[in-house]
Amino acid sequence: MTRKTYNRRTWIERALAASGALSLSGCERIEQSENVNATLSHAEKWTRFIQRLLLGRQTLAREYPESAISKDFRANGTTDPATDEYRRLAGGNFLDWRLAVGGLVERPLELSLADLRQMPKRTQITRHDCVEGWSGIAKWRGTPLSAVLDRAELKASARYIALFCADTLELTLDGTGQYYETIDLIDARHPQTLLAYEMNDRPLTIPHGAPLRLRVERQLGYKMAKYVMRIEAIADFSAIGRGKGGYWADRGYQWYAGI
Amino acid sequence: MERTLPDGRLALYRHPLWLRCTHWLNALCLLVLLLSGLQILNAHPALYWGEVSRFDHPWLAIYWHRTAGVPVGWTLPDWPDLGAGRRWHFFFAWLFAMNGLLYLTVCIVTGRLRNTLLPDMEQLRNLGKTVLHHLRLQFPKGEAAREYNVLQKLTYLFVVLVLLPLMLLTGITMSPGMDARLHLLTDLFGGRQSARTVHFLAACSLVLFVAIHLAAVLAAGPITEIRSMLTGWFIIERHRK
Repeated sequence: MTRKTYNRRTWIERALAASGALSLSGCERIEQSENVNATLSHAEKWTRFIQRLLLGRQTLAREYPESAISKDFRANGTTDPATDEYRRLAGGNFLDWRLAVGGLVERPLELSLADLRQMPKRTQITRHDCVEGWSGIAKWRGTPLSAVLDRAELKASARYIALFCADTLELTLDGTGQYYETIDLIDARHPQTLLAYEMNDRPLTIPHGAPLRLRVERQLGYKMAKYVMRIEAIADFSAIGRGKGGYWADRGYQWYAGI
Repeated sequence: MERTLPDGRLALYRHPLWLRCTHWLNALCLLVLLLSGLQILNAHPALYWGEVSRFDHPWLAIYWHRTAGVPVGWTLPDWPDLGAGRRWHFFFAWLFAMNGLLYLTVCIVTGRLRNTLLPDMEQLRNLGKTVLHHLRLQFPKGEAAREYNVLQKLTYLFVVLVLLPLMLLTGITMSPGMDARLHLLTDLFGGRQSARTVHFLAACSLVLFVAIHLAAVLAAGPITEIRSMLTGWFIIERHRK
């Protein structure tokens, strides 16, 4: 009985797929072809190669005077994770929140906001470029990610830093809708790469990623994960999410978002 | 290179192979860049001047029949997918840049830029007259069609030396990575959002150029014109004496 239903369903599905394929225009067939999209994706490697070559490890993103700070800095993506756990943490002013640092490190850490504030800090007024096309300028203060990595001592096999977030941007059955992001060690160790806890001299608000968000100033906004809960040093990201190295990369965006 | 055809018409070898290849590849790139560019524009169909977006004061907010953005049918792909649009855009941006670089290099090294695109003084003096002829859809015939007329020369020069490089430069300026290295370029355009607006305006200018270019091909004789860009041979009628 089950088998019969299953067969009938496959048959219907196949018929639907076939009629769909027939009705697809030539353009759509090209647009949806995996080979075409794999070819197009090569451009990301060329862009990354040339930008790494031109920018090197230390070139800083432009920093601005206080007067340039935007009054209408937009919050995109999740503006409130709204899980019970996040609500509880937010209700307690994130005093109970701890940043877990683990993976390929010698000394796993658990850092409170007070711990982070006692570490080296950096303040920068930078421009945030959203993949959608808009820009805003804000002042960020936080702990350089490199300081956290130094304290945890990366193992030699570590290649990327993965950041796991409190927010689920898309509801999926397999849980791959949870926001995460990965950056390589060049970006992780860049002097402007921060775990930011303040925006415009005030603790991060919930729409902007309280209590902690990443700043990777030489890339687009979607790399700058909000609501960071856990950091892991990893050797590769193929086993995380859908394997492309980030929530948006899993959905067809470039992993290297320098353009 | 020229030869007389059996019927007495004159055939000029006007477009060498490298030129024909770069021309058609460029045409393909511009088409894909335009359509995928509209897909990207639709993600935030508002333009600003300056470094940042002042959301309450866009310079231009784009609407089509009261819906923000351009119709999805004009975009590549033809459903809302910013990630896919960006894949198409940057792949063809690389092709466009490499192809343009090759074109300009060969054009300058072989002297073609000077010989066929730079107008001489006499042509410049007759600019007004040429404009009038074009407005009346009178195109040069016979020996006068041997070389580009002054309007063609100035338009092509403007496109290859100003508009197309402007597209590339404003595109690069929008990159947060390149901006870290090329502050000067961002300042030149008056900020990142200005560069985005100039990118859009230059694209509109290119659409206008292509429309006029195609109309001129139709008016001047589509078969002769398209044949010359496919085979290289441009055929001109000779006046019978």
